[in-house]
Amino acid sequence: MLVIKDLRVSVEGKEILKGISLEVQAGQVHAIMGPNGSGKSTLAHVLAGREGYEVTGGSASYEGKDLLAMVAEERAREGVFLAFQYPVEIPGVNNMYFLKAALNAKLKHQGRPEMDAMDFLTLIREKAQLLKMNEDFLKRAVNEGFSGGEKKRNEILQMAILEPRLALLDETDSGLDIDALQVVSEGVNALRSPERAFVLVTHYQRLLNYIVPDRVHVLAHGRIVKSGDRSLALELEERGYGWIESEAA
Amino acid sequence: MSAAPSIEHYVSEHEAQRSGLPGAGVPWLDSRRSAAMGRFAELGFPTPRNEEWKYTRMSVVEKTLFQTGIKACLGLDEEDIQRYLIPGLEAWRLVFVNGQFMPSLSSRRSELPENLRIASLAKVLSEDPAALEAHLGRHADAGADGFAALNAAYMADGAYIHLPRGRVAQRPIHLLHIATAQEAPLFCQPRHLIVAEDSSQAQVLETYVSMGDGGYFTNAVTEIVLGANAQLTHYKVQRESEEAYHVATLQADQARDSRLVTHSISLGARLARSDINSVLDAEGAECVMNGLYLAQGRQHVDFHTRVDHCKPHGTSKEFFKGVLDGRARGVFSGKVYVHPDAQKTDAAQRNANLLLSSHAEVDTKPQLEIYADDVKCSHGATVGQLDADSLFYLRSRGLDPQAARSLLIYAFASEVLSEIRLEPLRLSLEEELIRRLPESQDLNELVA
Repeated sequence: MLVIKDLRVSVEGKEILKGISLEVQAGQVHAIMGPNGSGKSTLAHVLAGREGYEVTGGSASYEGKDLLAMVAEERAREGVFLAFQYPVEIPGVNNMYFLKAALNAKLKHQGRPEMDAMDFLTLIREKAQLLKMNEDFLKRAVNEGFSGGEKKRNEILQMAILEPRLALLDETDSGLDIDALQVVSEGVNALRSPERAFVLVTHYQRLLNYIVPDRVHVLAHGRIVKSGDRSLALELEERGYGWIESEAA
Repeated sequence: MSAAPSIEHYVSEHEAQRSGLPGAGVPWLDSRRSAAMGRFAELGFPTPRNEEWKYTRMSVVEKTLFQTGIKACLGLDEEDIQRYLIPGLEAWRLVFVNGQFMPSLSSRRSELPENLRIASLAKVLSEDPAALEAHLGRHADAGADGFAALNAAYMADGAYIHLPRGRVAQRPIHLLHIATAQEAPLFCQPRHLIVAEDSSQAQVLETYVSMGDGGYFTNAVTEIVLGANAQLTHYKVQRESEEAYHVATLQADQARDSRLVTHSISLGARLARSDINSVLDAEGAECVMNGLYLAQGRQHVDFHTRVDHCKPHGTSKEFFKGVLDGRARGVFSGKVYVHPDAQKTDAAQRNANLLLSSHAEVDTKPQLEIYADDVKCSHGATVGQLDADSLFYLRSRGLDPQAARSLLIYAFASEVLSEIRLEPLRLSLEEELIRRLPESQDLNELVA
């Protein structure tokens, strides 16, 4: 589903990703771990189409199409979803409207009829329940005044509604207490399916107790320095990132 | 030094017209008009040398001699003005065409309430001038600039609203100003006087629209006098022709515990300048000044506010937002003056501007002058562009970039509109805001 080959990315002339290769199959969950500044978030942003990154080499294809040639909204409509590390507050726009606009943009792209208000309400209530979100959230402005955990749950709610094929979760677990982490993880697990792939960018192994990955990759200094199965994450938890960084150096 | 030709034009026109103005011959009125004319002859039109006009050049008044005196109007009927009414707003209505009160387009006498006075100023000046002596021209003209002086010299028509003690106006009062295309560029100078006695309450809406897209000059003055504990909510929506010039002064004087709320929405005109001033001359008075200005192309919009806190326990809250596109220019100057007696003053002022183009410009100048030592005053001014993080967030959810921009502009601007408590007006303004934005059809769902 996602094939990244020797991807090199610079920001303001500084190379952040120094040749990343990664292959994610439909149905898989990959975890990308690594210390701060290793390039994890850059990778997620580049895949989602954020401007301001210069791709200096390599490629990324998604379902056989050149992902890097598409603008952000095209990627979203084609089924790529990024759960933000820091979801943006948008005062003056209610959450329900925002979610509906996003879903309809995707349906329109697929040539399907837009959803009417009643059907949408039924859908969103069902999904909100899954994430144990009070209906008040739907009426409030997007992320405005939400706690950290509420913002992250709201990201997963958007994911549940948009039903992406490829979901990139950028440090969705950071800063969550254990209850919120469980709710968010249940939301993600409920969406796991043979047609859908997940890339979890995380700093902490703890998330992987709840969302069990198929593959774990360690990113350091812009390169994947080690890949393995879930046991690699447990080893990192025990030994920290130091040994891997020195091994790679 | 001889006066500039434009000044001579208005002086000589005044000489010719004065005896025909409503109420001419009433001594106090004659003397106020003459004094105002004298002041105008002395001051002339403001130039950038005047600090309060530094960013707004009125060179048009040097180049064009506008026609004073009310011109005969076209035979408009009820149907012609429907599109200028606020859908769903049940209001008492006074309609002015080119500055002249039009009874046939206004609420009938039988529809107006008996316990308050809502009348054309011209009529009251002719029939009952004594009712106006205490206040007319007594508030807006002290220390006024040339425009306010010129309005006073020519004051002839507008609205006179009088709320006796304790009366509550059961409907909003809508003052609708329509400018029609004329051969010569007109100078319309409406003058409104609102006197709200102790514990009375009302909502007044002034709207300015144009039937053509021609050039003319509106120079309006609204005087507001609030008695103790009186409550007035004043709305103004300016959507003049984009060839028109609009200068307006709102001057309020507030007695103890009175509350004035103003909302000023500026959408039209080639150049619009609004001065909004209130003097809190007794304890516990409160004023709220909100505003939204949208400008594009070569539009120029300027808001100057001044709040004088003269006595203790006064409150003032100002919140103005602007959205400027194209080569538009915005000016916001907010002066809060806390006099030595005004302890426990609570004053807050906020101005935020969104620039949508690299050629748009804004000058924002908060000015606090505080001569009391136990006060709470704050101010903040921002100028920014659309937030890149927010845009990416919306696009990453599949929204088209133009739709995402429109959504963020709407969100920015509607914050001011959401303060409007007159529902039909708020809805119509939000809908109008959306109509002005590209790719924004879906935004109508947000209006509720």
